[in-house]
Amino acid sequence: MAAGQQGAIMGFVHRRRRGAELFLLVLALAVGVGAYAAVGIGVEGEVPVDLLGYGGWLAGLVVAAHVVIRFVAPYADPVLLPVVAALNGLGLAVIHRLDLADGTTFARQQLTWMTLGVLLFVGTLVVLRDHRVLTRFTYTSGLAAIVLLLLPLVPGLGKTINGARIWIGVGPFSFQPGEVAKVLLVVAFAGYLVLHRDALALAGRRLLVVDLPRGRDLGPILAMWLISLGILVFQRDLGSSLLFFGLFLVMLYVATERPGWLVVGSTLFLGGALVAWRLFGHVRTRVDIWLDPFAYYGEGTSDQSYQLVESLFGMGWGGLLGRGFGEGSPDRIPYAESDFIVGAIGEELGLTGVIAVLLLYGLIVERALRAALISRDGFGKLVATGLASVFALQVFVVVGGVTRLIPLTGLTTPFLSYGGSSLVANWVIIALVLRISDLARRPAPSVGDTAGDADADAETTQVVRLS
Amino acid sequence: MSELTLFLIRVAYLAILWIFVLSAISVIRSDMFGARVPEAARGTTEPRGRAAKRKGKNKPPAKRRGSPTHVIVTEGSNVGERAELDQAPILIGRGTDAAIRLDDDYVSTRHARIAASGDQWFVEDLGSTNGTYIGSVRITQPTTVTLGTQVRIGKTILELRK
Repeated sequence: MAAGQQGAIMGFVHRRRRGAELFLLVLALAVGVGAYAAVGIGVEGEVPVDLLGYGGWLAGLVVAAHVVIRFVAPYADPVLLPVVAALNGLGLAVIHRLDLADGTTFARQQLTWMTLGVLLFVGTLVVLRDHRVLTRFTYTSGLAAIVLLLLPLVPGLGKTINGARIWIGVGPFSFQPGEVAKVLLVVAFAGYLVLHRDALALAGRRLLVVDLPRGRDLGPILAMWLISLGILVFQRDLGSSLLFFGLFLVMLYVATERPGWLVVGSTLFLGGALVAWRLFGHVRTRVDIWLDPFAYYGEGTSDQSYQLVESLFGMGWGGLLGRGFGEGSPDRIPYAESDFIVGAIGEELGLTGVIAVLLLYGLIVERALRAALISRDGFGKLVATGLASVFALQVFVVVGGVTRLIPLTGLTTPFLSYGGSSLVANWVIIALVLRISDLARRPAPSVGDTAGDADADAETTQVVRLS
Repeated sequence: MSELTLFLIRVAYLAILWIFVLSAISVIRSDMFGARVPEAARGTTEPRGRAAKRKGKNKPPAKRRGSPTHVIVTEGSNVGERAELDQAPILIGRGTDAAIRLDDDYVSTRHARIAASGDQWFVEDLGSTNGTYIGSVRITQPTTVTLGTQVRIGKTILELRK
């Protein structure tokens, strides 16, 4: 938040770029519908009969979102919606391809969830005209997040699927409240930190590398975070615990500008990971599988790494250009449509496809961080940074796990994986980021501005140290 | 479906995917370098006298009896330095383009500005390092200042005067 940077940014106004967004959306639709057509040709040998209906539905959703942005957020970032639409379209096609192999109907359900996601996206943009309103709900959203995380533990409501009790069942639907809690926690952390960041950064005692803040400053947020982390560990949801831990650390670091937090956080993480490895059997299994997957694969072994090894085989077989849709056998990987969708993409689209997907995620994170940089209020900065880090961490944890860079922990790949709660929550996240970037890029409504030469005033400003 | 057709479809699809990625990047690129400089800011390259040009756009409130006419430094190393309010908006900072230029190490290059809205005067922090204070409160948004309100910037205190 240096003064010089602020001056440079105030020198120009951002253009609306809605035309560029529409152009990118057409390309994004080509990615989504093209994948669907390629799946039809590859698997069944003909262009799918419902291509027009499917493409029309997808185009309708995306264009509706675009029109709403034109009206309620005209200055919003032009790249985010097309990137998200392309990822979602590609995900739908890959899930459809797995459906054709397995005889399931996940793609149809995913399309329903996507429709709901776009509706909520539109709703968020229409209702939330200024993200700063959310500062009023700092503690409310923190409490709501904890309640949501506790819901799966309620008898009769909670469901245990694959060893993790993180689901609630409502009628025929099952929902993962943790995904929504993620967004609420970002809002709660940001609302709290933006008020207390000076106290957190400057008041307190110095201990080794970090200025420890006073208990009354850090207490509420620490409690909020420890409770949610405790619940997740209790529910054996490793991936989400990792995500929440990283999110808290990043937001604390960004708010206080104290790098010491990263050192403390990493130490805590390593210590915690070591303790978890010693205490919990399922953690140790994950680490063993990560270190030597082939020792747990095939006949005569426990076959616990079957999923990971099949995915590795798939990616190896896919090579540089992939097998092509319909030519690989990603259906050999259990749960290929959710956690291991990157493995399925790696097999049929190859390294070229996976790199494109990772770049698209990179673009989402970059645009969210850019919105944080140019945002004029601290709360918007923190929310956008938090949402960007949620995205980055989630993609890193799941893709790192699938490619055997880090031990595997179950998380969904945003927008690609089959999973309603995750998809809906991610569409809301994108709506929030778009709202922040809209307010940030809108020309300042205030009086006049102060653009000018930057190099003449290169002297640095001293920082007041109150301690 | 022949092997060749499938291969062509495969390559064509990857091409579409990458065309999309590259166009998204090129939109970001043009967004970075292609931002339009507004008319008002274009005239500010010459060091002084731009306040006169701005006048039409940001008319300071009509003079009335009892309304402040200038802002003056009351404490700090630049005591007595002043700027007339009819040149609003007034930029305060250590930079050469500031209307009130302060030799204070705790002041940022473009620290704050004083501007009018309606017939009220506002002080707005421009993302300074050490903040702008009214009394002991650090301001986070444009805040009204009246006659005699002490605005603290670094080690300097400014006031609106008649």
